Amino acid sequence: MLSKPHQYGLKKLALIALIAILIPACGDSSSSNQANNRMDYTKSYPAKNGGTLIEAMTGEPSGLIAMIAGESAASAIAGNIFNSLLKYDKNLDLTGELAQSWDISNDQKTITFHLKPNLKWADNQPLTSDDVLFTWQKVTDEKTRTPYGSDFKLVTKAETPDANTFRVTYAAPYAPALDTWAGLHILPKHLLKDQDINTTAFARHPVGSSYYQLDRWKNGQYLKLTRNVNATQGQAKIDNLLSRIIPDKAAQFLELSADNIDSMSLNPIQYARIFPARPDLNKNIALYRELGNSYTYLGFNLKRKPFDDIRVRQAINYAINKQEIIDGVLLGLGEPVASPYKPGTRWSNPALRPYPYDPNKAKALLKEAGYEDHNGDGIVDKDGKPFSFEILTNQNKEREMTAVLIQRRLKDVGINANIRVLEWASFLGRFIKPKEFDVVVLGWSLSLDPDQYSIWHSSQQAPGQFNFISYSNPRVDKLLEAGRLELDPEKRMKIYHQFSTILLEDSPVVFLSAGYGLSAIHKRVRGISNPAPPAGIGYNTYEWNIPSAYARNEMSEH
Amino acid sequence: MLKYLLKRVFWMIPLLIGISLISFFIMHLAPGDITTSEASFNPKASEESRQKLRELYSLDKPVIVQYGLWVKRMATLDFGTSFASHQRPVFWQTKDKDGNISLGMIQEALPITLLINVLSLVLIIGVALPLGIISALKQNQLADRGITLFVFIGFAIPGFWLALMLMYWMGVQHAWLPISGLESMGHENMPWLSRTIDTLKHLVLPVFISGLTGLAGISLFVRNGMLEVLHQDYITTARSKGLNENRVIYGHALRNALLPLITIFGLSIPGLIGGSVIAESIFAIPGMGKLFYDAVLMRDFPVIMGILTIGAVLTLIGNLLADIAYAWADPRVRRGVMQ
Repeated sequence: MLSKPHQYGLKKLALIALIAILIPACGDSSSSNQANNRMDYTKSYPAKNGGTLIEAMTGEPSGLIAMIAGESAASAIAGNIFNSLLKYDKNLDLTGELAQSWDISNDQKTITFHLKPNLKWADNQPLTSDDVLFTWQKVTDEKTRTPYGSDFKLVTKAETPDANTFRVTYAAPYAPALDTWAGLHILPKHLLKDQDINTTAFARHPVGSSYYQLDRWKNGQYLKLTRNVNATQGQAKIDNLLSRIIPDKAAQFLELSADNIDSMSLNPIQYARIFPARPDLNKNIALYRELGNSYTYLGFNLKRKPFDDIRVRQAINYAINKQEIIDGVLLGLGEPVASPYKPGTRWSNPALRPYPYDPNKAKALLKEAGYEDHNGDGIVDKDGKPFSFEILTNQNKEREMTAVLIQRRLKDVGINANIRVLEWASFLGRFIKPKEFDVVVLGWSLSLDPDQYSIWHSSQQAPGQFNFISYSNPRVDKLLEAGRLELDPEKRMKIYHQFSTILLEDSPVVFLSAGYGLSAIHKRVRGISNPAPPAGIGYNTYEWNIPSAYARNEMSEH
Repeated sequence: MLKYLLKRVFWMIPLLIGISLISFFIMHLAPGDITTSEASFNPKASEESRQKLRELYSLDKPVIVQYGLWVKRMATLDFGTSFASHQRPVFWQTKDKDGNISLGMIQEALPITLLINVLSLVLIIGVALPLGIISALKQNQLADRGITLFVFIGFAIPGFWLALMLMYWMGVQHAWLPISGLESMGHENMPWLSRTIDTLKHLVLPVFISGLTGLAGISLFVRNGMLEVLHQDYITTARSKGLNENRVIYGHALRNALLPLITIFGLSIPGLIGGSVIAESIFAIPGMGKLFYDAVLMRDFPVIMGILTIGAVLTLIGNLLADIAYAWADPRVRRGVMQ
């Protein structure tokens, strides 16, 4: 009955009519009835306590014991509730959190942490070195379901000479130790000693020592944190932190524009395209950007020919236009990197520059390696075989787009690359573990501790280990080993600067880009550092404040 | 009749075992397990620790042994605990030795999804029935064409797009309806009437969006069923003996035209517990669709199997109910069953 041709015309007409109804309805923002739009957010107020900060997050934590939960949503919330012995300051240098100071013995094997005096848990019980020892015992316990135990198992002796002192001894000096202690949330022994840490209700009813404590957790909807009056690090200015779980970024954005949430992280399109086009939003919402925590790279399977040839790797490095990737994929919101460290921090070697985009040099290097276009088909070949390989990546929009841009640039120098996109588990299980790949586009985190032994050391190539590109360079091995033994930051820095110089020269991976972390925060929230320091805007959330003139009317909150 | 019923119920047991066996093996055919999620591809998590986790979850054993363990647990109706969500019980709440209750994952997600799906089913029936009848009565007239066009647009329009447009229009521009979530802040402190209104307001858009796509199928079904019946001899008879038109249509035609709908509703019972991942993500509703999707992504086997098992049981019950209802509504079928 719908197959009669004249009815299509009618359908089209109605569709146009429908669109015509919808478009003005959506474009008309003058009817917005929010008092919010009339508020002037430019006035300055003294920082006072109070208010509620509502933020959106895409995933729900599985529990708030970070060593077991493992996912980023859990660490983000748990970080407001628990303290570690150490933390990273705004410049990403280590400083004390629960520890006031720490000493390293002359043989560099023993670290002694001195806790701050009179520390308390949120339930008013004293926090002592016993709790630290207990946490260490739990993270190294065979029965604990944590993937993060191995660093702590290197401790051969842990002891508590007194209530404020915690001492660990390693069999050999282990420089990343301090970083690992900055990542371990200290748990209360008095509440957990008779509990099975894998199943305990404590994970959903935590008691910590940091600025906030959990007030209410509504599954799948929100987590509400409220001020901890016994906080070990002083008092935060904002009374309540409310994290709403909204999986969809577009829905988050609508909630932000309707002033129902204060803060969300943005993707490059929202940051660079939507916000500049919406002056009404910019009146109420401020944008922030900070160095991201990861970088994207193109990694070669060094066990496969011709990627064992450094000239081929360098040729590909020269052939890829990194700025084009930053502009095209990240809309300019990223930086090129030349080493696996955050630009601008101590470990990043300021003398290093990424390989410039130079297709002629790439062609020359390919020619040197024996690759030339002998048959005139546009693809270079050697021994009669055209240079063709597969770029493998997982289902991640930014990585897919990156691979497409690389494919095109490689074609310019006569290399034929095909792209294959896979779901993560099969990507890992079928291709990475058995090393059945030519080239991958993937990401690694820009680690805060410079130790990258597990990624680049030649001993870490077994299936399931992280040097799956099979990189093996005795000089790099030596430096990585030396870096683990050296606890003095200055000497360590020299070691890792040298390491990244060799790594860049060797080109086992092509460093592509590091995207910025982007966020939008309502202007009622004050005290945010802009521009962001290396640690990002989140380092001083305890200083953020909401002037009472700008606070939401608690009754009208949505 | 009773014997027939008992036989049907008895046959559900081997069917269920077959379904669970197939689901279990298909689930394990997909590469990876809980230890190979993208988040665990972290140099700080060593391969030895991951191997240890696999042993703790019995993932290192052959699939058939794992299936045996699962059946053994299911024999006592124990759905197990989730791998990913801090060992939360998959199906129903449990109490630990200190009296802390932890709610089951399906227990929490199911009522929400059920509520939305039942409401949207009511909406679909409430709208599709009259639309289908009008279409049939005004066959090929403007009203019929208009209705068909409308339901097809509703069917064809991408739900997520319409959802976002409506959220923007009714939530951001006019603040008539909440944008996402299930309840407003401070929901606990409201009197019960405001609480109910608050929840209903949050449900308007999700119910509308999930109802819109179902409208086309049902209303066309009613329309075609009606048309077929209206051309039957007994309708002509009814008309010729001078019954008024309302009796003819609602007393004779509609009853017969609705028979096939029973099958459709029987089949839609298992659908009632399945939520739409896209709608639930956009509206930030913690329902079954999102639960299942996340479980598949995380390879959270106990949760996947829990949802599949409950879905299978409900499908079988739905089929049974549809058959019984059919027998009750249609004497011809009833007689066939009795014999």
